Amino acid sequence: MTAIAEREVLVRAPAEVKRARILGIIYILLAIVVYFVFAVGTEGDVTFRFGESPGDLDWTVSSSALATFAAVIFGFLGGVQLTRGFGSKTNVVLGIAMGIFAFTFLGWAGAGKSIGIVGILVTTVAAATPIAFGALSGVMCERVAVINIGIEGMLLTGAFTGAVVGTVVSPFFGIVGAALAGGLMALGLAVLAIKYRVDQIIAGVVINIFALGLTSFVSSQVLVENSAELNRPGVLGPIRIPILSDIPVIGRILFNQNIFVYVLYTLVIVMTFLLFRTRWGLRSRAVGEHPKAADTLGINVFRTRYRNVFYGGLIAGFGGAYFTLGSVGAFNENMTAGRGFIGLAAMIFGRWHPVGAFAAALVFGFAESLQVRLSILDVGIPSEFLLMAPYLVTIIVVAGVVGGARAPAADGQPYIKE
Amino acid sequence: MTTETTPDKEVTPERPGWLERIAPSDIDWKTVVVIPLLAVLSALIIGAVIIILTDGFGAVLPAYSALFRGAFVGWTSISETLLAATPLILAGLAVAVGFQAGLFNIGVEGQMTIGGLTAVIVGFSFEGLPWLVHLPLAIFAGFLGGALWGFIPGVLRAKTGAHEVITTIMLNFIAYRTLDYMLKLPFIQKEGRFDPVSEDVLASARFPRILDWLPVENASRLRLHLGFILALAVAWLIYWLLYRSTIGYEFRAVGASPSAAKYGGIGVATAIIAVMTLSGGLAGLAGSNETLGVVGRAVPGFTASIGFDAIALALLGRSHPGGVVMSAILFGALRAGGRTMQAQSDVGIDLIVVIQALIIVFIAAPELIRSVYRVKGGKEQARVTRGWST
Repeated sequence: MTAIAEREVLVRAPAEVKRARILGIIYILLAIVVYFVFAVGTEGDVTFRFGESPGDLDWTVSSSALATFAAVIFGFLGGVQLTRGFGSKTNVVLGIAMGIFAFTFLGWAGAGKSIGIVGILVTTVAAATPIAFGALSGVMCERVAVINIGIEGMLLTGAFTGAVVGTVVSPFFGIVGAALAGGLMALGLAVLAIKYRVDQIIAGVVINIFALGLTSFVSSQVLVENSAELNRPGVLGPIRIPILSDIPVIGRILFNQNIFVYVLYTLVIVMTFLLFRTRWGLRSRAVGEHPKAADTLGINVFRTRYRNVFYGGLIAGFGGAYFTLGSVGAFNENMTAGRGFIGLAAMIFGRWHPVGAFAAALVFGFAESLQVRLSILDVGIPSEFLLMAPYLVTIIVVAGVVGGARAPAADGQPYIKE
Repeated sequence: MTTETTPDKEVTPERPGWLERIAPSDIDWKTVVVIPLLAVLSALIIGAVIIILTDGFGAVLPAYSALFRGAFVGWTSISETLLAATPLILAGLAVAVGFQAGLFNIGVEGQMTIGGLTAVIVGFSFEGLPWLVHLPLAIFAGFLGGALWGFIPGVLRAKTGAHEVITTIMLNFIAYRTLDYMLKLPFIQKEGRFDPVSEDVLASARFPRILDWLPVENASRLRLHLGFILALAVAWLIYWLLYRSTIGYEFRAVGASPSAAKYGGIGVATAIIAVMTLSGGLAGLAGSNETLGVVGRAVPGFTASIGFDAIALALLGRSHPGGVVMSAILFGALRAGGRTMQAQSDVGIDLIVVIQALIIVFIAAPELIRSVYRVKGGKEQARVTRGWST
C-alpha cells in the first residue's frame, strides 16, 4: 500500500499540475483559433431552429458575433484553468467547452443558412446509445477491476445474434439473445482474466478478434445466401412517450426514441443507484479498489468479479442489438466500427461513473451527428475528414483527461487468493 | 507500475522431465515449443468443430486437406506461404517490439496504411532513378510514414498518459479515411480512373521476384519477392537491437518495470516515444512490402487485416524476433492455404481468423493447454501490457 501512497505524492501531483497547464493553454489556443478563423471575415447570420417547423422557436444571430463571444468564453476558461483550476469539475467544463465549440463551428459553417438543432440532437442521442451501452459495460467490469477491452467484440456478437434471432423468432427474443450472447463472450473474458489470470488487455483483444472472425465467418458462410430468412429482422421504431414527449424541444429529443434508448436511461439510473447506494455496489467497488481487504471481510472476490463481468457482457450484448434491431435492420461484417473502443474512452472520460459515461457518450454521439449534418450542409470539408471526427474527438478526450481520471485502484490486476 | 502485484510463486517444485534433460536448461522448451504447437493443434480441432456446425461433418476433411495443399504442397504453395508470411514478419515485429517495452500497439493496420501509401507515392514519383536507389528510397519512405503514425500515440502516451490501445485504434480509422481521401487526389489517383486507385509503382521501385529462375513448371507463378529477404534481415536487426544493444536493454527495462527503469536512469518517456516510433516504422515496412511487392499500387483495404494477425503471431512468438519469424510462416501458411480452401471447398477463408483467435486464446492462457494435455512445468505467463494509469 505504500506504493500507492508514494505514487500519489511523488508522481501524481506534478503530472496533475502539468496537465492542468496544458489544458489551460489549449483553451487559450482555442480562443485564438475561434476568433481568427470563425469570427474574423465571416459574414451573414445563422438561424438555429429549435422548433418543429421553420419560424417556430428560431434564434438568428450573427455568425461572427457568436464566434467572438465564444472566443471570450474560451479565453476566460483558459485564464481560470491556468490560475485556479476547476478541480473536480474539469471534465464537465471541458465537455461544455466542446459543446460551445461545436455550436460556434456550426454557426460558422451555416452562416447565411438555417440549421435544425433538434434534428442534430435527436441523431446525437441515437448515435450515443451503443457507445453508452459499451461505456456502461466497461463501468460494470472495471468497478470490480477487470479491464474490458472486449466490449467491441461483445457489441458485435450482440448485433449478430440480435439480427439472426430477431429474424427467426421475434425482435424481443432477438434482444434477449443478443444480451445473452454478449454475456457468454464476457464469461469467456472472465475465465481468461480471473481464472487463468491472462493479461486482461490481451484477453479482451482475443475476444474482439474471435467475435469478429466468428461473426464474419458465419455471416459469409450462412447469412449472405439466406438473408431473407436469417438477416432481415426489421427496425424497432421510435415510441412516443405520452406527456414527456410534449415538453418543448427536450421532449422530441429525449422521449421520441426507440426502446434501446429508454432502457439506456433506466440503466444509467439503476446502475448509479445500485453502485453507490446498495450493499452490492459497495461490495463491488471494494473488490475493485482493494480486493484483499474485501476478501478479508468475507466478500467472495472471484464470484463478485465473475458476476459483474457477466452483467457487463449482458449490457454490451444488449447494446449491440441496437445496431441491427434499432438502427440498420441487418447484420453487416464488422458493423460496430470501433464503437466499443469509443465506449471505453467514454467510460474514462466519464470517470467510471454511469452518469458520467452516459454524458461522455453524448459528446461522442454529438461528434458523429455533427459529421452527418456537416456533410449535408456541404461546407467544403471533404467527407473523409468529417468521418474522422468521432475518432479525433476520442483521441483528444483521452489525451486531455486520462491523466486526471482515477481508475479503480486494482484495475487490471488479477487476484490471487492466499 | 509499482502497485502491480507480482503473482506469488506457489508452484510446487517438480522433478526435471525427459524434455528438460535433453534440452539446454536456459531455454524453456515447454513454454517456447510444446505449448505453442499444442495451441495450434487445439485451434485446428475447434475449427473443425465449427466447420461441422456450419457445413456438416463431411466438409472437414476436404477443407483441411485443401488448406494443407495450398500451404505446403508444391513450389507454388511454398512460394505463396512465404509471400504471405513476409508482411506478417514485419508487422509481427512491430507488435513484438511494443510488447517488449510494455506497449500494446494495436495500430499496426493504420501504420501499414500510411507507410504503404508514402512508399507508393515515392514509388511512382521519381522516374528514371536506378533500381538500386529508387527501391531503398521508397522502402525508407514507407518506414517514415509508418514511424510518423506510431510517433503520435507514442508522444500522447509519454506526455499525456493517453493509453495507446485507444489512441492507436482511433488512428487506424483515421488512417483508413486518410487513404480514401489521398487516393482521390489528382496527383495520386491513377489517370483515367474514377475509383480510389493510386498510380502504379514504377518498375524501378518494385520488389523483384526471387524464385522465378527455378527450373520448375509454372516458374512464372512463383511470386515470392525480395521483400522476404528484407524481412528476415530486419528480424535479425531487431534481435540484435533488443538483445545485444544498450538501447534494446533500456526498452526491455521499461517493459519490465517503468519505475525501476526510471530510478535506473533510463528516460522512460523518451523510450516510449522511440519504441512506438520504431514499431510504427516496422509496420510501415510491412505496408510498403504490400504496395511495392505484389500489388504495385495502393487500394483501399490493402492491409488486409495483417495488422491484427500481427498481434496473434507476436504473442505466439513470445515477442522474440525468431519466434515471430516462425509464427509468421505458420500464419502465412494459414493465409495461403485458406485461399485454396476457399476456392476448392465449401468453407470460407474467415475460418482462418477464428483459428488464429483460438490460437491466441490458448497461447494467452497456457494453463488451459497444460490442464487439457497434462503438460507440467513451464514458466508463468508474465503481464505484458499496463492498465489505464501510469
